[in-house]
Amino acid sequence: MIASRVWRSASVWLVYVVGFVPAAWYFYLGATGQIPGNAVKVFEHLLGVWALRFLLVTLAVTPIRDLFGINLIRYRRALGLLAFWYVVMHFSTYMILDQALNFQVIVNDIAKRPFITIGMASFALLIPLAITSNSWSIRKLGSRWNSLHKLSYVIILGGALHYLMAVRVITPEPAIYMAIAAVLVGYRLFFRSRVLAWRKQRRAVAMAR
Amino acid sequence: AETLKSKPGPFSTDETPTSFMDVTNYNNFYEFGSGKSDPASNSGDFRPEPWTLEVGGLVAKPKTFDLDELRGFDLEDRLYRMRCVEAWSMVIPWIGFPLSALLDQVEPLGSAKYVAFETVVRPEEMGGQRGLFQPLPWPYVEGLRLDEARHPLAILAVGLYGQTLPNQNGAPVRLVVPWKYGFKGIKSIVKMTLVEEQPVSSWERLQPSEYGFYANVNPAVDHPRWSQATEIRIGEGGFLSPGRRETLPFNGYAEQVASIYDGMDLAANY
Repeated sequence: MIASRVWRSASVWLVYVVGFVPAAWYFYLGATGQIPGNAVKVFEHLLGVWALRFLLVTLAVTPIRDLFGINLIRYRRALGLLAFWYVVMHFSTYMILDQALNFQVIVNDIAKRPFITIGMASFALLIPLAITSNSWSIRKLGSRWNSLHKLSYVIILGGALHYLMAVRVITPEPAIYMAIAAVLVGYRLFFRSRVLAWRKQRRAVAMAR
Repeated sequence: AETLKSKPGPFSTDETPTSFMDVTNYNNFYEFGSGKSDPASNSGDFRPEPWTLEVGGLVAKPKTFDLDELRGFDLEDRLYRMRCVEAWSMVIPWIGFPLSALLDQVEPLGSAKYVAFETVVRPEEMGGQRGLFQPLPWPYVEGLRLDEARHPLAILAVGLYGQTLPNQNGAPVRLVVPWKYGFKGIKSIVKMTLVEEQPVSSWERLQPSEYGFYANVNPAVDHPRWSQATEIRIGEGGFLSPGRRETLPFNGYAEQVASIYDGMDLAANY
């Protein structure tokens, strides 16, 4: 009993540790000259892709519980915060390593280039979610917390669109991220209430027997 | 790759060449995939030998060149800067010969105003030409105005770093026009046609608002999605402070080529 509780809280920390492995690994490869070509761009891109992956997994927690009965809710905060930190690293790499803190260029990019504007807006929306990801905020905000965190659906669509618009040609990878994001948001908007109603009905029928 | 014999040529820069590792592992060659490492990883099945390059159209003496003939031109070393449209650059020790030397042999007619180029189509050897997601229509095509093609800076490269071209760099013969963005340097060329009308090029056809026919390196004209004012010089400065430098008009070759565009609006003809 105690062992399983220890494992539960330890496994959350394990998610954080494992989650930061890609960033650490690619940083190591870059710093030791093992990423050929434009190492900074490659690193920047990988951080962005991992941010999207963590966002998608975060948003998949609810449908996985609804549809398959697998409850991963205790990992959701860690997954969401990992996404946030990857976005922070992605943006920092762009600002510091790629553009060498040339703020004129950075501000110009954000204002003038739609894919960067969209990426930046998604990042900005992610900040209040990260700040309110602690238990105190959840208690304090009550049902408003749920409303606020629905922003994650706007953020994932913005993030996937940012990727799709950044590439020179549409390849399977950004298209697949966009498709998964659309499915997750579509589930939330159109199908979840029906799935829950159907499950409730099934439970009621089972009880009546 | 085999060793190639060459003599020192004109126009070489005194800048430090980009490492062989970077030159051969960070490439745009969509026929092998759209990732930068795809060409190095996926070009192993490509067979650049034997090869023929057919030159025709508005010429007095159409001719098909085989590899021995192409490598039989007076091969020169040309250490050129290469500026990619994606705002990075390299310094590459090419081995090649002036495109004008080949054009002289086929004798373009007076009516010929442009040269159209075509890359090989071999889906069985080039993974990027197979499957559902194909980023560009094939063959990859490019074009130059005849005076650009005859400019002494423009070469057909058959090697780099003292050896024949690696597959990922456009084996066995590719175009190098160092004052233009890298995508003008069409790879694995099988056909050149002298024509009267301006040919369309692959990237121009895909996204005309982003890629023009001329594609001269120009820090004053942004790509709609990024600035062209600066570039990252690959391999310089290291990971934590990559070498970002100002991009020069015509990639630093203005002295040699600017005059052929006299009177042209380079912002409109980007």
